[in-house]
Amino acid sequence: MERTHYKQEINMTETLMNRINELISHYPEDKRKSALLPVLHEVQDAHDNWLSIELMNKVAEIIQIKPIEVYEVVSFYTMYNQKPVGKYMFEFCTTSPCCLNGAEDLMDYTCEKLGVNPGETTADGNFTVVGVQCLGACGYAPMMQLGDFYKENLNEEKIDQLIADCKNDKIIVHDK
Amino acid sequence: MSQKILLDKINVPGIKTYDVYRANGGYASVEKALKTLTPDEVVEEVKTSGLRGRGGAGFPAGMKWSFIDKKSGKPRHLVCNADESEPGTFKDRYLMEFIPHLLIEGMITSSYALGANLSYIYIRGEYMWVYKILEKAINEAKAAGFLGKNILGSGYDLELYVHCGAGAYICGEETALIESLEGKRGNPRIKPPFPAISGLWANPTVVNNVETIATVPWIINNSGADYAKIGIGRSTGTKLISASGHVKNPGVYEIELGLSVYEFMNSDEYLGGMSSDRPLKAFVPGGSSVPVLPANLIYKTANGEDRLMTYESLSDGGFATGSMLGSGGFIVYNDTACIVRNTWNFSRFYHHESCGQCSPCREGTGWMEKVLHRIENGHGREEDIELLLSIQSKIEGNTICPLGDAAAWPVAAAIRHFREEFEYHIRFPEKIKNRDHFVAEPFSKVIMS
Repeated sequence: MERTHYKQEINMTETLMNRINELISHYPEDKRKSALLPVLHEVQDAHDNWLSIELMNKVAEIIQIKPIEVYEVVSFYTMYNQKPVGKYMFEFCTTSPCCLNGAEDLMDYTCEKLGVNPGETTADGNFTVVGVQCLGACGYAPMMQLGDFYKENLNEEKIDQLIADCKNDKIIVHDK
Repeated sequence: MSQKILLDKINVPGIKTYDVYRANGGYASVEKALKTLTPDEVVEEVKTSGLRGRGGAGFPAGMKWSFIDKKSGKPRHLVCNADESEPGTFKDRYLMEFIPHLLIEGMITSSYALGANLSYIYIRGEYMWVYKILEKAINEAKAAGFLGKNILGSGYDLELYVHCGAGAYICGEETALIESLEGKRGNPRIKPPFPAISGLWANPTVVNNVETIATVPWIINNSGADYAKIGIGRSTGTKLISASGHVKNPGVYEIELGLSVYEFMNSDEYLGGMSSDRPLKAFVPGGSSVPVLPANLIYKTANGEDRLMTYESLSDGGFATGSMLGSGGFIVYNDTACIVRNTWNFSRFYHHESCGQCSPCREGTGWMEKVLHRIENGHGREEDIELLLSIQSKIEGNTICPLGDAAAWPVAAAIRHFREEFEYHIRFPEKIKNRDHFVAEPFSKVIMS
């Protein structure tokens, strides 16, 4: 299978670098690698929610570790995206307690409304819908993660509203 | 009305902020411990309290603390496990989101007891907004002199940071959590050495659940003996229970250990009964890893005693007729829930979350998921039930960490108590085919049709 190489513009702004250096300072000087997970979150958030090889190499350089040490972490943890995703990523919890209260039906509804299958991104690059494993909100089902926040006790009307709000730029994805 | 020691102030307006928390008696345990108690005396109080680890294993917290190596001269660390990911469990998040300073206070008092000068709260990456809440609370506590150098003039120094994970259930296992905190994949370590001897950066480390640490301030403010008066037998104190599924009032509740399951399920103070007129079919009392129990074993144990919300009563009868208190993830099913589908769903979870180090877990969880998927979708084979039992028995006990057991137990329990439902799926595939989701009608009705 041929693999697409997605291009990404890297922009390590001063704000981002300051935050990275602050995170690195949370660990002893000879344990910079410990900052890897938090740093990857910050870097990904500032780069359209995904991490290209080039960006991972940049992170390796900043933390002073080998690129492979970044790749193996990025490929292990589900929150890091290795290819472009939609501006708004609807991550529905599809573990049992949520399913008991209609998570699967609501995800189907959302996919149909946006014209995508689970895991796909809309043609305009705005929305990605995925099913994920337990998000720790079982009592507030059905629910989804959208960036840094949870949207809980959802129903079809709330999904309609949420999609409309996203389209009108009324939704904050990352709390910076 | 149960006594509340964790959530008693959760409804005080503004309790999220340092000022309101402090004005309501917050940080008293830090003052008391640092000014009047030695670290060992704090450990002794916690031992006396009988407090057991609230993450799921239920190991006595004070005893865990007493194992920490204080002789090697290496720096020591306390790491709070806030990687709450066990399906059915959402209690720690509630505590951190609405009364964050209680955890910070607990971290300071507990770090002092262990002689730790650098401690971390490891929170799951998905709880990003809670991460920000904790970061703010830490900054407030630091500004008020409860963190940093020479806290309250006692000569004790402590730095505390929040560290976020990135989506991996396995990082709730303490050695995987430590690996992750070191910036690596979350592969559990072989024990021994235990973290108390060689943990974070090979230093002596204690890893405790959020709820465990948040309980310490009360114990220090009152006494270990007072805490031990709450509850029954070796199940002392209170426990947070997060309830979900087909109940009227899902959510997080603090109960005194020893409350009956019946009262918890049906009293208006707690779950208020079922969410509809469909009857109770099954429940999982302690998160997806613990055995599911059928209706006839929920309110009463096999020998007819009332089932209580305690470590002992919930496990009464062993795995044959009992379950476990676990993390307190209380999932309730009415008779519209398909147990085969539920078991497949949980198996999919464990397959997804297996770190892949140990073959029995890496391969076995995948096999179980596949076999359950084909049974659920009308392609089951006569021998599949025995096959599932064979696979699960070969995972159990044969892996580095307990994820293997956690994946195996629910499958065994579902077959033990609901075998006829599996058999029905295999024998009458035409009746269950084309059903994409959890059955929308009572299983008993499906069987009759």
